[in-house]
Amino acid sequence: MTHLARSRLVGWRLLQAIPVIVGIIIVSFLLTRALPGDPAAYFAGPAADAASIEQIRVSMGLDRPLPVQFVAYVQDLVRGDLGISISTGQPVMHELTTRLPASLELTGVALLFSIAIAMPLGILAATRPNSWVDHLCRAVVTAGVSLPTFFTGLALIYVFYYLLGWSPSPMGRLDFLHLSPPKVTGFYVIDALLARDLETARAALAQLLLPAITLGLFTLAPIARMTRAAMLQILEGEFIRTARAAGLPRRQVLFTYALRNAILPVITTLGMVFSFALGANVLVEKVFSWPGIGSYAVEALVVSDYAAVQGFVLTMALLFVTLNLIIDVIYTLVDPRLGLEE
Amino acid sequence: MRKPLLDIQDLTVEFATRHGTVTAVQRVDLQLHKGETLGIVGESGSGKSVTSYALLRILDRAGRIASGSIVFGGVDIGGATERTMGEMRGRELSMIFQNPRAALNPIRAVGRQIEDVMIQHGLATRGNARAKAIQTLEAVKIRDAEQRYHAYPFELSGGMCQRIVIAIALACRPQLLVADEPTTGLDVTTQKAVMDLIVELAAERQMATLLITHDLGLAASYCDRIVVMEKGKIVESATTEQLFARPRHPYTQRLMRATPRLDAQVSDLLPLDDSRRVIPSQRPAGPPLLEVEQLVKTFGKRDSADAVRAVDSLSFTVHEGESLGLVGESGCGKSTTSAMVMRLLDPTSGSLRFAGTDLATIPAKAFARHPLRSQLQMVFQDPTDSLNPRWSARRSIADPLMRLGKLSRQDRYRRVEELAERVGLPGELLDRFPHQLSGGQKARVGIARAIALNPRLLILDEPTAALDVSVQAVVLNLLVKLREELNMSYLFISHDLNVVRLLCDRVMVMQAGQIVEEGPTARLLSEPAHPYTRSLLEAIPHPPAMPATLPPPLKESA
Repeated sequence: MTHLARSRLVGWRLLQAIPVIVGIIIVSFLLTRALPGDPAAYFAGPAADAASIEQIRVSMGLDRPLPVQFVAYVQDLVRGDLGISISTGQPVMHELTTRLPASLELTGVALLFSIAIAMPLGILAATRPNSWVDHLCRAVVTAGVSLPTFFTGLALIYVFYYLLGWSPSPMGRLDFLHLSPPKVTGFYVIDALLARDLETARAALAQLLLPAITLGLFTLAPIARMTRAAMLQILEGEFIRTARAAGLPRRQVLFTYALRNAILPVITTLGMVFSFALGANVLVEKVFSWPGIGSYAVEALVVSDYAAVQGFVLTMALLFVTLNLIIDVIYTLVDPRLGLEE
Repeated sequence: MRKPLLDIQDLTVEFATRHGTVTAVQRVDLQLHKGETLGIVGESGSGKSVTSYALLRILDRAGRIASGSIVFGGVDIGGATERTMGEMRGRELSMIFQNPRAALNPIRAVGRQIEDVMIQHGLATRGNARAKAIQTLEAVKIRDAEQRYHAYPFELSGGMCQRIVIAIALACRPQLLVADEPTTGLDVTTQKAVMDLIVELAAERQMATLLITHDLGLAASYCDRIVVMEKGKIVESATTEQLFARPRHPYTQRLMRATPRLDAQVSDLLPLDDSRRVIPSQRPAGPPLLEVEQLVKTFGKRDSADAVRAVDSLSFTVHEGESLGLVGESGCGKSTTSAMVMRLLDPTSGSLRFAGTDLATIPAKAFARHPLRSQLQMVFQDPTDSLNPRWSARRSIADPLMRLGKLSRQDRYRRVEELAERVGLPGELLDRFPHQLSGGQKARVGIARAIALNPRLLILDEPTAALDVSVQAVVLNLLVKLREELNMSYLFISHDLNVVRLLCDRVMVMQAGQIVEEGPTARLLSEPAHPYTRSLLEAIPHPPAMPATLPPPLKESA
């Protein structure tokens, strides 16, 4: 395929994301309006009477018809204003921009850890089916997925913090001895490195390790299983036999020929695991007091803090769209067969 | 005598399976000299491919060389290290495979795949690999080699892909080329081009060739010597002339008999004492049953520049009781035509009059419930893929009866038994699943299912293409018998003119969506008028005629 055709295809995929985003904005708006509980009553406090609740309702614009509210909502969105959280009094936008990087950092490192273990394990298991590596792969994967994250997290804390004392106290992104680095990306490790503050970077990384491993253990299973299955299937393929018959070395057959073909379903799995882990790491965040987006959303939901919930839903949805877009683009770049049907 | 390039002595290959050890190749001896072409001929399960895999030591994990020796150019292959083998494969001995498109890495540009081999064997460096790969592409006669370098397998035709596979195999000028069914699945004209290319390159480079095939005609045309394998053993080995003049082993004789030839009738394919032989009778054709007029199918947007006219103003008639052959190479539109006649596809325009009703006006979706639906049935090319793997043979055959028939449960049961008997499927096999049946048995299930509702027109889409010749011989005789007994008409679709000759009263030759020639089979095949028909006929490799003095009535070896 020519480069032109490819970039057209990528452009087309980008265009396809637009209606999805519009849909998300509408749904997130409607969804929060459907939440039980009255935000005006909550905001007014327990002592307020009906008149003052009504007054607050008017000042929040909640008495206006839905379409009008929606237009106002979209106008605010365009200005980057997601409203004010009624439980913390902070702008939602501000809270999300500090909490989202924390979650992304945690999930990202967890996934890297997971890939680093699961993919080699899956490849080894596929090249030697029913050997001890294969059985090890199966055992690790089963253990990882069957232990709940809060349990693994607590066990790791018990061993590495309480018994061995190797890791710092599980209290958030940095211990009190360090100041958070100047914000560039929001990822503490990277920001600290950018600021050439090795000490803080090391401390941030130390805080990050245990929760990342906890989450990573949980995501091992799908990645390892998918790698193994895809590799097994590809290695049976006739073009692998051709490559062997042509005398290509084992390493090249395995990586250049087999793995590049097997990587496609693995990439899909990675995308799904990432989005799933990002939403589901509330338990890990709670155990390690990690100021992430998951725990923020749960707290907001409990008190009907609709601006915060709306902001969270919107952010996650946009994140998923971006992620899927990235996976689509990677697919298009890896597999020349795609896009023929257009 | 000079020392052979390849010397296989007493080779036995075993596979470990769930049901114990299976011997796939048993005590095989083979010698091959420089510049010589040796054919290994046999049907599926004869061990011919396994022998070649053992030779390159690329057997599956479960397979192993149990005993015997393979010496190639002085190197003991059985005892060589994996490292030595890696250096020899592709450089000294190379292999090309059946199904060329699957034999190439689907997501790597073909030029890069050639480069990989050349760089690996030190024949090119990263700097000059590209130029050398393009040279190699030119050597296998690929036009616009520089553009094709960037092509992916899915962008190339089957014949082109096989040329690429040959380019990969021959890039390092090996001394021995193993060709495992290199042209199965390719069109006859492509087959001829590919085989001629292999022969030419082999002669130019003094290369020895081992041609593995099920096709005696192909082996006869291209090999100096032939060995015949059956069930893992070599049953006969002789020069090509000798083998065809005086086949000694009963299996060889049976194989030769079953291979369709110029002078054969369908009954000649089976031994004289075989009860399944059918001598076709001449029958006058009845009134028109299917009249196709100005049939057109266009794919892609209408009126746009890249719209493809797959079928272009096609008109033909199938008479009652007649068997009409539709011949053409892949992509000529014959499958599209059959799909439209079966009303699986809606034609773009034109009419399809079947028994007086214009089927073209009935949408494809509604036809499934139309009363005429049961009158039109189809037998598909792949006997395995056209059966539901989770249905027993009985359930598969009963399926049309349950959907379109009006029989009670018991009558249906009896009808299925009767159908099985009619197609020669032993009743005890009816409760087996497709994977427990052989290719020929599955083909019979497919035929029984198609005739279950007593159709008037049967469309046969290459019904024997996937079968071994000895099985094909039986199935072809069966089809002739059924047509006469049930007074059906056939629309027989095939790329194999030799098979069409045996089964059809009239033949149409199709090219690029149009019929280029039509006529009675005997006339069309003996005096083709159109150059395309002539090129098709010339491309078919013919086995030499059967020796007139073939030993007394042949018995099948038990």
